[in-house]
This record gives sequence, C-alpha cells and structure tokens, in this order.
Amino acid sequence: MDAVFIIVSALKVFGFTFLVILPLVAYSTYAERRVCAIIQDRVGPNRVGLPATLLGFKKDLKFFGLVQPLADGLKGLFKEDLTPAHVRKAFYWMAPAFTAAPAFITLCVIPFGSAVTLFGHEIQMVIADIGVGPLFIFAIASLSVYGITLAGWASNSKYPFLGGVRSCAQMISYEISLGLSLIPILLFFGKLNLTDIVTHQATNGWLLLPLWNENGTVIHEGYWQSSGYQWLLLLPMGISFFVFTTSIFAETNRMPFDLPECETELVGGYHTEYSSMKFALFFMGEYAAMIVGSALIVTIFFGGWSLGFGLDTALLQTGDGDWKWYAGFIHLGAFLGKTIAFILFFIWVRWTVPRFRYDQLMKLGWVVFFELALFNIFLAALIIAAPHIGILNTLLFGFPSLTIIAALMFFITKANEEKRRIKIT
Amino acid sequence: MAIVKVKRPKLSWHEHLYLPAILKGLGITLKHAIAALRGKAPGAEELASSGLGVTMQYPEQKWDARLPEYYRGVPALVTDEQGRERCVSCQLCEFICPPKAITILPGELQSDNPWSKVEKAPREFEINMIRCIYCGMCEEVCPEQAIFLRQDYAMTGGTRDEMVNTKGRLYKIGGMREGLVNKWNKLK
Amino acid sequence: MADSAPATADKLPKDLAAEKGMVNVQIDDTWVQVPVGTRMIEACRMAGKEIPHYCYHTKLSSPGNCRMCLVQMGMPPRPAPGQAPTYEENGYQEIGWMPRPVIACASTVAENMGIRTGGDLVEKCRNGVMEFLLINHPLDCPICDQAGECSLQEFSVEHGRGCSRFEEMKVKKPKNVDIGPRIRLDDERCIMCSRCIRFMDEVADDPALGFIDRGTHTTLTVHPGHRLDSNYSLNTADICPVGALTSTDFRFQMRVWFLKETKSIDVNCGTGCNTVIWTRGNDIFRITPRENNEVNSCWMPDSHRLNFRYLHTETRLTDPVVKSRGRHEVADWFEAITRVSEGLKDYHGDEVAFIGSGRMTNEELFLLKHLADTLETDLLTLVPRFAQSDGKLIAADRNPNTTGAKLIWASNDPYAKLKAIRKGVAGRRIKALVVFYEDLLAEADFKASDLENLDLLVSNHILTNDTASVSHVVLPGAGFAEKRGSMVNITGRLQRLNQAILPPEGAMDDWEILRDLIRALAPNEPERNLVEDVFGEIADEVEEFEELTLSKIGDLGVHVTDTDESIPLLETERVRIAAGEIVG
Repeated sequence: MDAVFIIVSALKVFGFTFLVILPLVAYSTYAERRVCAIIQDRVGPNRVGLPATLLGFKKDLKFFGLVQPLADGLKGLFKEDLTPAHVRKAFYWMAPAFTAAPAFITLCVIPFGSAVTLFGHEIQMVIADIGVGPLFIFAIASLSVYGITLAGWASNSKYPFLGGVRSCAQMISYEISLGLSLIPILLFFGKLNLTDIVTHQATNGWLLLPLWNENGTVIHEGYWQSSGYQWLLLLPMGISFFVFTTSIFAETNRMPFDLPECETELVGGYHTEYSSMKFALFFMGEYAAMIVGSALIVTIFFGGWSLGFGLDTALLQTGDGDWKWYAGFIHLGAFLGKTIAFILFFIWVRWTVPRFRYDQLMKLGWVVFFELALFNIFLAALIIAAPHIGILNTLLFGFPSLTIIAALMFFITKANEEKRRIKIT
Repeated sequence: MAIVKVKRPKLSWHEHLYLPAILKGLGITLKHAIAALRGKAPGAEELASSGLGVTMQYPEQKWDARLPEYYRGVPALVTDEQGRERCVSCQLCEFICPPKAITILPGELQSDNPWSKVEKAPREFEINMIRCIYCGMCEEVCPEQAIFLRQDYAMTGGTRDEMVNTKGRLYKIGGMREGLVNKWNKLK
Repeated sequence: MADSAPATADKLPKDLAAEKGMVNVQIDDTWVQVPVGTRMIEACRMAGKEIPHYCYHTKLSSPGNCRMCLVQMGMPPRPAPGQAPTYEENGYQEIGWMPRPVIACASTVAENMGIRTGGDLVEKCRNGVMEFLLINHPLDCPICDQAGECSLQEFSVEHGRGCSRFEEMKVKKPKNVDIGPRIRLDDERCIMCSRCIRFMDEVADDPALGFIDRGTHTTLTVHPGHRLDSNYSLNTADICPVGALTSTDFRFQMRVWFLKETKSIDVNCGTGCNTVIWTRGNDIFRITPRENNEVNSCWMPDSHRLNFRYLHTETRLTDPVVKSRGRHEVADWFEAITRVSEGLKDYHGDEVAFIGSGRMTNEELFLLKHLADTLETDLLTLVPRFAQSDGKLIAADRNPNTTGAKLIWASNDPYAKLKAIRKGVAGRRIKALVVFYEDLLAEADFKASDLENLDLLVSNHILTNDTASVSHVVLPGAGFAEKRGSMVNITGRLQRLNQAILPPEGAMDDWEILRDLIRALAPNEPERNLVEDVFGEIADEVEEFEELTLSKIGDLGVHVTDTDESIPLLETERVRIAAGEIVG
C-alpha cells in the first residue's frame, strides 16, 4: 500500500461524500419540497436567496430559492438542542449518528464512474473496489436499523418506541426480499464486484435495456447470440427490479412505507423527542439512504455510470480498450443524472401513493415479495440453465417442477390466510 | 341508529395487483405537475396565480381589490359627521369580546364640551391586536355604531406595545363614518 | 301550601285558616294560606310568583303610583240577603273575577280571594304601563350607569313591545342635575315612582325631594334652597329602579356586569351594616348595603360606604420595614418576624405591652391575647373611639368589634389598660410596645418623644402614619375588604367579613402576622393553617361562640350575646310596621 493510494483514497472519500453526496442530500430535500409543491399546484420554497441588499445591492438574489437547504442547515445548527430529562442520554446521543453513518459508509462500494487518468495515475472512480459489493451494502445498510431502534428506545417515550419497533420489524422483513431479489442478477452476472457489473453492462447493454451488444458474448457460452430466447431473461430481471425497488422504498422508510414516522399514529415516530441538528441527522440519514438506494438500483439495473447504447465504446475508449483520461468525469455525470432521475422518481411516488397500513406492509413483505423473489430465483435459474441441460429437459422437468413449486407456495400462503381469517372472526 | 354493514367490495384480479391503480395515480400527479409548470393548474386563473401552481405570491401580488364587502379586518373606532366620537364607552364590546382584547376606561365629558349632552366618552380605549381574533362581535354588539371592522389585515409591530391600538390610533385607522346613528344630533 | 285534600268533614278551609290567623288565597289556581293583612304582592311572592313593580318597596309606604303591579282579583259573589254561601267540593266558594285589575302592592288579601298574576288582562295592562313609561324615557342605556341592574330594562324585556309606536317629540327635561354632593339626577330617565321622595321623607328624615309640574311634565327636584346632602342620600340611588339618581362617586366608573359581588360587613362603626363589595380585578368600585332586618334594614350611611378608597392609595404599606441604624429599610417577612421575636424575647411581664384595635376581627383579637399571654403580660388594651350616634345607623362606638373584644378577652372594659400603658411608656417602665392598627400619636394621645424612647416599637398598619415612622418594625397588614374573619356588633350579633380583593403583594393578612409571631416566640404552638382553625379555638374557649364555625355564621350573622344597645333606625321601622305603614 503506497502513499499515493492512501492519499487518493482519502481524497475520494472526501470528494464523494462532501462534494457529491452531501450536496445531493441537501438538494433532495429542496427537490422534495419543490416537486411536491408542483404536484400539488403550489409553488414551494422559492424565496431564500442571498441577502444582497445587506451588502448594498439594489435587489436580493433569489436563485429560485436554491439557498433554502443552506438556511435549513443553519437553522438546524442554531436551534436549541433540547435533550429531554427522561431519555437514556448516551444512546439518545448515539442514535442519530448510527442512522446517518451507515448510509454514508455504503457509498464506498458504489462505482461513481469508470476511471480518470491524472498525472499518469489511473484512478478508479470508486472508493473501495471490493469483490463483495452488494453484500457489503446489505451488511452495512442493515446497521442503520440500530440507529432508529435505539432512538425509539432511548427516547423513553411511547410513540418513539412504537416507531422504533415498527422500523425494526419492517427493515428485517424487507431485507429478506431485498437479498433474494438480487440473487437472479448475481446468477446472471456470476460475480459480486459492482465495478465489473457496471463495466459488463456498459459493453453488453443494461440489464433492463439489453438493446446493444459489443461482441455478442453476454454469458461465456454466447448465450445472447446462440439462441433466440434471451429476452425470456427480462421477465425474472423485471420481477427482480420491481421487488428490489419496492424493498428499497421500505428499507429507506420512504412513503408509502414510512410507518415508523407515521404522524397520524405516532406523532413523529422514532424522532419525536429529537430536535435541532440531531433531528437533522436523522433527516440526512434518510435522504442519504434514499440516494444510496437510487445509486444501487442504477448500478445494478441501469448500467451504473455507463452512457449506454454503445456510446461508451465509441466515444470514450481509446483504440486498445482503455478509457480516455477524462472518461471518468463524463461517467460520473451520467451516473449522477440517472441517480437524480431515480431520486425524482422516489419523490414522485411519495407524493402519489398514500401510506400503507402496518398489516398490509407486513403482508406485502412476507406473503407477496418473499414468495415472489423466491420463485424468481428458480425461474431465473431455469432460464439460465436451459442451454446447458437442453430444451427437452427444460420443458419436461424444469417447467413442471417450477409450476409445482409456484403452486405449492401459493397454496401454503392461501391456506395460511384462510386460517387467519377464521381466527379473527 | 341502525347499524349499516358495509361489505368490502370484491376486487378483480387486476385491482388486486394494485399496480394499475398506482400507475394511474402516478399519471394524475404527473399531469398536475406538468399543468402547474405550464401555469395551467386548475383554478389558477380565478385565484390570480403567479404562474406556478395556483399560489399567489403575497407581498408582490395582493388580493385587496377582490376582498368581499363583509371582510373582517382590523377593528377601529369612527367619528360621526360632526367629528364627535361615537363611542360612549358602554363597554359592551369589552364584555362580548371573546379573547378579551378590548380594554376601556370610561370617562365623563366636561360641561364645556359641545357634546356634553352625551355625558360619556372613553378616556382610554385599547384593542390588543395580539389577542384580537377578528370575530366582529364588537361591531355587532355596538349600540352606537362606533366600532367597525375594516378591510385592513396587515398589522405588524416590533414589540407587544406596538400591537396595542390606542384610542388615538383607532380613530386614525377608522376615520369618519357617515349616516346611521344620529340619536345624539343636537337638532333632534 | 296547596290544600288539595278535601276539607275535613266538620271544618271548612276558611275556619282552619282563621284558627291560625291566616286566610286562604287562590293564586294562579293554587290555594295558599297567608297571614291576615298581607299585601297581595307579598302573598304572591310567598307563592313563588314575582309581580313586576317599580314604586313598591317593603321598607317604604305604598302610594301605588307606578301601576306596574296590576293583577286581576276575584272574590266570592256576595250572597243575597238570607241566602247561605255555597261551597264547592273542596270547601271553597266560587270566585267571581273582577273585570278591572287592581294594584297588588297596596291591596291586602281577604278570605277566599283569587289573584291572577298572568293572563290576557294582566299582560295587556303591563304592556300598556310599560309603553307609557317608555314614552319619554331617553333609551340611553349605553351611557346610563343603571344599565345591567335596571328594572326598566328587565321588565321591558319581559313585558315591553320591543319597538316604539311613539312618533311625537319626547318631553325634554333637565339632565345631569347637581342636586347634592353625592347624587346626580337625570330627570329624563325618571319614571316618577317616588321611592326616593318617600325614602328621604320617611327614613332619612330629610324631605329634600319632591315632584313639580303635572302630567307628562312632572319633574323630580329638590325643594328650593335645599340640597340632597343627607348622609343617607346614596340609598336613593340604590332604590331608584332606573338611572335617574346615580352615585357621583361611582358615575361612569365601571359597568355593573363586570363587577364581582362579595358579601361582607361595614367596619366603620359598631352597627356593622351588611354590605356587598363590588370589585373587578383587584379594585373595589363601590360598596352597597345588603338587606338585614336585624342590623341595617336596607340602608347604609354614605360616609361609611364611600370609605374604601384608602385601600388603593399611594400611602399604602406594601412591604415589611425594619429600622436599622436610624433608617427604615424594606425587609422580607422572615427577617421582620425574626427581628420582632428576637426583640420581644428579652422582655417579660410589665416591660412589654400590646395595643390592639377595635377594628380587628375576633380571630386577630384572640391571637393578640394569645401573644400577650405568651409573654406573660396583662398590659393589653384597645383604643377607644367614641362619637355621637346619628340616631339612625351610625353607632356611638365607632369601633366595629368592641363587643367581640369583650367576649374574647373576657373583660368588660377592653379599654381599661390604655392609661396605664401610656403612663408606663412615659415613665419608661415599658420597654417594648406592639401596636396593631392604631396610630397612637393621632388617636391615643401618646407623645412622639415617649415612643422614641422605647427599646422596641412594633406596629402594624395599612397606611403610613406618624406611629409607623417612629416604629422599629412596621408590618403591613390587610384592609377590611382583603380579609376573612368575624366581628360582633353592638347588639351582640356575630357577623362575617369576606375577602373581596387580595392585599398588596408584600402585605400579609393580620391574623397570619400574629400567628407567625406566636410561632416564632413559642415554637410548640399548634399549627394554624386557616383562619377557620383560629375560629375553632375561639369556639372552644369562648362560651358564646360554642359550636359555631365561620361558615355557620352565614350571610346574615348570628345573635351570640345580649347587650343593652339597640339600633335606632330599626326601632323606628318596627313602630311603622306595627302601624301597618310599611311591610318591613
């Protein structure tokens, strides 16, 4: 490990966290308010600008209210930091950090771009290029539940406690479908390195948009070329995307799954007793989690930083297959663009879909998504395995067993439901 | 009261999926967003929208010209055509005022006053605008038609004292009002 | 009351009633028994029917000139000669109703009489009377001080038309007439009930008022060369049913609907007139008499009812003051009490004296005695305050609680020791003196030089005065409207003072000051948390107060002891009742 590597890594940590993600967090809150306002035929925050008149100018600069997040941040810092007398002080103070930190830590495996070459060094646009990317993300992201649960418990007050408990159960439930829904993709790619996954998509078409390919080898044996039913894979991938995205909504406590902070039932949920910057940390953690979630979806399903449509190869590669020195920056732009589009999608959904009931949420997680993801694994496996075992075997043994599995799961669920209904009445 | 049992509607399979409904919802919100951005949000015209959504941008645009006749703004005292203060400090408004915003100190008119026949006038008359809820009960209860709610609504002050309208200020806001009570006219 | 059961076989209801000196009257279809000679209006009141009236007043003669109390009357038809009266099943004769109404205030009831207080005829009469009364009335209720307690307002709501049919010009009469130092007259509002004229003539013995002119131009005024300056003139404002006579003192001060009423008693003389203290917030606005036929009838002298403004003056003592190095300095209560108790500890027996006041309540007098006993001294006295009685309500003894002091201190002459104390102070035998309520220099002939020679002079006052300025410790007390307690008037009637307002923030209720002093000197004393506790101790110790509590005293008081004093106004009234001039 040489000094350059350490310095570069530190710079990357600083750059991606403080120059990319934190501003993105700040402006997602702004975007949230503006977009929701526009959806509701309102204006939203459009006033906070720079008080230029104080410096002798004729007019204040409004900038469409773009300075609003700065003002919010300042307010968070300067508001009275109130610690109620009845809380468990240590945990109460740790909880906001426990919520915000995991969201930022997960960033380190997300590939922000391909690579840039500066001063003769090729620098990968990812903080830690490790071989277990998604697993690392699940491992760390699931820690954020500690923050929320601790906040609920340490507040020593009934509504935050209920919020914390809800959040805990919700996250555990959806982590299962989150993990399971990713298995078909891992089966398809055969590796866990996110950079490799993105590079793969750059050359061979995005997972959900396989419209182009370079040299026709998507899977080692030339799956795309050799047979005509590669499109069949779109079905399990689509299901994966749907389950994964929905689970991310649940994991980040976004509407329609924001039951831990359900105002109508729980006052403010787990952060009821928090104020000023500690509350802002929860807020930031939530938005950071949303950004990481968007980034992950983009990375896995929409080609990450790649421009797509074969443009990466055509425009940004030198003849010998290396990236041009500035390719990383353009890829960073593409990545951020896609991520922002997804953030907007998150916001759009939030202001469209009403909140679920808690039992509906649990039912969706355990009865629908769990089974769907499980079935999806078998389906993807069968389609991937089909060329190996031959068409006849697939039709004779593969599909019948898949049907049986699906039917079994369906009836078990149904039977459970019947029983429950009887019990209630 | 009879109990009406409402049956849950039977959902068809595509309704059960919920996805079409969610997509429809997304469509509606998107439609609204686009209309709002184009300044064509429903009701934008009659609400004098600023161009984005239906919202009016307050200090730049104002609704004043469209305020209805019955709008209840700042309460104020008025004088009659002869410049006599109409209030005789009967303290009915002080009594009726739900938030107890009005304080009156009654006073006697001296015999050298041209209106000494009226005998009574407020020595001090204060309306605390921090307390006032603009209900208009004072106007309704006043037997002398001396207090009216005006169309002004922008009351600001840097201190609590500034938000208390004294007698002088109340007459300045209210001005003169013609007609109605002329019971105290000397000629009558 | 209602005699619904059929008459007993041998006796008719009229005979049964006659045995008790009663007569049977049917009031709105219900038979009741009332004493012989009762006025119809009183009979109706006994039956729970209020009849509207203006001129009628139980303490005054009944001229019957307002016509508001018209009711329909009926009597059994007179039997033809030789014909025996017929009785119905219930034993009563059938009533023949008269086609014209009668005034209820000046007619007396008779056996088998019927009275209708409602119905078409009566309602029509009342409407007509109200309309006539209102013809010339100016309707300036927003200005008028009577608004809110005005019978004209009340009855015009119940019996009036709501709008006027009168199109002509109203009769103009003098307004805001200065007829006396304390009363203002507005003739336009006057409805000519003549209550005030009768009061001044019959009760105040100063017939200064009268009517002049006739018809719609009738005007109330003072006799030429006279003024309404009797010491009882403010009672005319009380009994005036409209706003014609109003109090100059209370004029335009506050609308009556804002005022809170507290029942209390007057402390300016030994009579102890029953009063109502009218307050808003922590301010007293007026004091009016309260009816008590054993004390003050319905009346009260002006000088006494106006004597409350001193509670709100600048010279009010608001904090305990302690003299150190020749200067008075504001102290807190703990410091002041400690200073007094430390100072008093060293003196015993003849070295220390206590001067109380006949204006203190029974509870305070009791604690003062207790304090004197704690220091083993018998130098305890009141300051006498005697003047001429006015022959009506003002007693010669201007101390309101001399009788109380006699009972509680078990002494026939609570003023006896004053001379001895004065001598003792002059002769420097007395080293420490505690004074409650009294300005020794102004009222008890003490000399300032003598008082300055005392080792310790502790005084309790409401206002600053000369005695306070030579005192070593001044303890600010509470005024009569600021405390709860009891007093015994000259006729031996135990009455209650109630708290209408709060004392100033730094001042303390006097009984609490005494309690704290006793606690500081004798820590083993029982705890006294409420003034009721002190009264309980008095009840245990004093025979006359046995089994009484402050709440048992009630609003009208209890007679606890016999004295040879009487209240002259009540004597006159009794004579008039006996003569049938007034109802009483």
